[in-house]
Amino acid sequence: MALSRRNVIQGAMAALAMLGLSQGSAFAQQNFITVASTTSTEQSGLFKHLLPVFEKKTGTQVRVVALGTGQALDMARRGDADVVFVHDKVAEEKFVADGFGVRRFEVMYNDFVLVGPKADPAKIAGSKDITDAYKKIAAAGAPFASRGDKSGTHAAELRLWKDAGVDPATGKGGWYRETGSGMGPTLNTASAMNDYSFTDRGTWLSFKNRGDLVIVVEGDQKLFNQYGVMLVNPAKHPHVKKDLGQAFVDWVISPEGQQTIAAYKIGTDQLFFPNAKR
Amino acid sequence: MLPLELDQLTFGVNGTPIINGISAKIEAGPRTIILGPNGAGKSVLMRLCHGLLEPTAGRVIWHGARNVDVHRRQAMVFQRPVMLRRSALANVVYGLKLAGKSSRESELRAMDVLEVVGLEKQAQRPARVLSGGEQQRLALARAWALGPDVLFLDEPTANLDPASAHDIENIVNTIHASGTKIIMTTHNLGQARRLGDEILFISNGRLMEHTPIDRFFKEPASVEAAAFIKGELPWH
Amino acid sequence: MTGLGEAFAAAWALVVGLDSGLAGIVLLSLQVSLSAALIATLIGLPLGAAIAVERFPGRQVLIVMLNALMGLPPVVVGLLIYLLLSRAGPLGSLGILFTPQAMVIAQTVLIIPIIAALSRQTIEDAWREYSEQLRSLGARRFRAGMTLIWDTRFSLLTIVLAGFGRAAAEVGAVMIVGGNIDGVTRVMTTTIALETSKGDLPLALGLGIVLITLVIVLNALAAVIREVAQRRYG
Repeated sequence: MALSRRNVIQGAMAALAMLGLSQGSAFAQQNFITVASTTSTEQSGLFKHLLPVFEKKTGTQVRVVALGTGQALDMARRGDADVVFVHDKVAEEKFVADGFGVRRFEVMYNDFVLVGPKADPAKIAGSKDITDAYKKIAAAGAPFASRGDKSGTHAAELRLWKDAGVDPATGKGGWYRETGSGMGPTLNTASAMNDYSFTDRGTWLSFKNRGDLVIVVEGDQKLFNQYGVMLVNPAKHPHVKKDLGQAFVDWVISPEGQQTIAAYKIGTDQLFFPNAKR
Repeated sequence: MLPLELDQLTFGVNGTPIINGISAKIEAGPRTIILGPNGAGKSVLMRLCHGLLEPTAGRVIWHGARNVDVHRRQAMVFQRPVMLRRSALANVVYGLKLAGKSSRESELRAMDVLEVVGLEKQAQRPARVLSGGEQQRLALARAWALGPDVLFLDEPTANLDPASAHDIENIVNTIHASGTKIIMTTHNLGQARRLGDEILFISNGRLMEHTPIDRFFKEPASVEAAAFIKGELPWH
Repeated sequence: MTGLGEAFAAAWALVVGLDSGLAGIVLLSLQVSLSAALIATLIGLPLGAAIAVERFPGRQVLIVMLNALMGLPPVVVGLLIYLLLSRAGPLGSLGILFTPQAMVIAQTVLIIPIIAALSRQTIEDAWREYSEQLRSLGARRFRAGMTLIWDTRFSLLTIVLAGFGRAAAEVGAVMIVGGNIDGVTRVMTTTIALETSKGDLPLALGLGIVLITLVIVLNALAAVIREVAQRRYG
């Protein structure tokens, strides 16, 4: 009998061993840190450019888990990350104040832009004043797609509505649409429905599904998006890889790290502007 | 193991009795045929004797069994043979290994019985592709290989063509000649005549008669038996 | 439809280009889902067989539950396993969150009900056919269960494949417990999700086509094995 019961069992054992072994070797490497960051940062492509330089220099693998800012900080609070790299100053400072982070360091900033349909129903294209633009959008009832997902980007968007004296909740169900999702899917929706939308420049530059959308407002100081990096507090979570994690924090704010950040371009556009304080 | 005594054996489903208080004593030796019309309860009676069903009342007693696993000393062949998805030889070996025989012993014994039933050339063929008659012969081989004291057969030729049925009857006689007690059901009078030494006639779940074969056919004691014989044989 | 055309072109380019990143992602996907299918079978198959041949109080309730669990949403499984494996959770000290091991665990949990429920049905159907004969031959429940598993092996193979298909196609569980880490826990489905959210729809679709093709190839292979075996064993 060609395929006996014994053959089958032997085959299954071999397969199991093969699968287990190959995973085992990848896992044996303990020389890595887990960094909690945001989807927009990862999707900008920064990490693919930045991390290999650090990994080559130190031999430490950097594993980035990309979530929304709220989720990232939450994950770090649970102790599932060694380092946090997000862009929500208020939330970050609270994180340190609550004892979950050791210290907050400013790293870089990028900016947000307002995109919208070429037809520009609110007549704001070319403006450098975001609060004014927001007032005009609300007045015109022009359709606007928001992330609505409590991310850093969403938080920034809401702050600007507040500055403009507009409560976007009044437009809910009408011109103001919350997708409850990340930057990419929100832009997909905006592109499909020709909405205005508030996005970080990085995601926009790599976004390929633009449809009729173009940048309508940029350059306002209020649109600058500050990034911070923090080591998760080993006092709260003793298993945190504090030496390797600290090495990463130190490198990112070092001149070499800062230059590497500045060197990242999409096409000819620099995305991130290093501003770590000495 | 024998004699086998049935003591007020009763079996019912949802209150409806299928076997209704049967008492009988079956001795070693003669080929016993359980005869009766369809629906009389023959198959159920067999399964009660073999232990596949639990009686709702009454007992099945194997008087000759002292410190013996009664189940291991009997075997059964069903109307439709159920073959495992493996070779003919492997099917026979399966039963032997269940009984605790080694692989070597099992294969040797299996080949022996396959030869007796004329299937030695099909030993390596998948049992499920064999013809109906061949599968039933295989079922007989499988049961007999276990060396049972009692062999139950439940309408073993009901689904077979006459030639295959003839083969099966010959094998049954061979098994009987080797010392195994045969207890078989059939509703075919001709077969009962050919193979039976004594008759248990069942009708509506009751035992009507328990008589040697010649007396049964010449002078059936019950009305039901007489009607049955009359219905089956047109020249009576 | 230009989208679809671009997608096929993207898929072709990916495969022909033998992109090493893609190769790594595909390999990891197969490792994770095949491991999960294997382990789920080792647990779910005996479980299904046991339920099929045994009778015990609460059996019907268990069968209904098992059938219902086939529809477990992957994202819910992911969340539960995440809470278990998180440092803040009971198994946090194992430190396997965000590794392929965690992904295998999550997918295994996801597909055990499928394998158990469907094999229970298959083996129970076979038990109906075989039970008298097997009991007559002296096979006790456990032995009978094993025999039935072997005898229904070709139907069971289909069930294992169904389990594998479910695992390979899901994204909710592996995304949460794996973290979609580039080069470590990124699999086909999470890559597709990522590319979609980046707006690179042709690439996402292209990857989707690669994934579907792989699953088709595996199923075709199994069909061939079944054909050959059917002819051999009847």
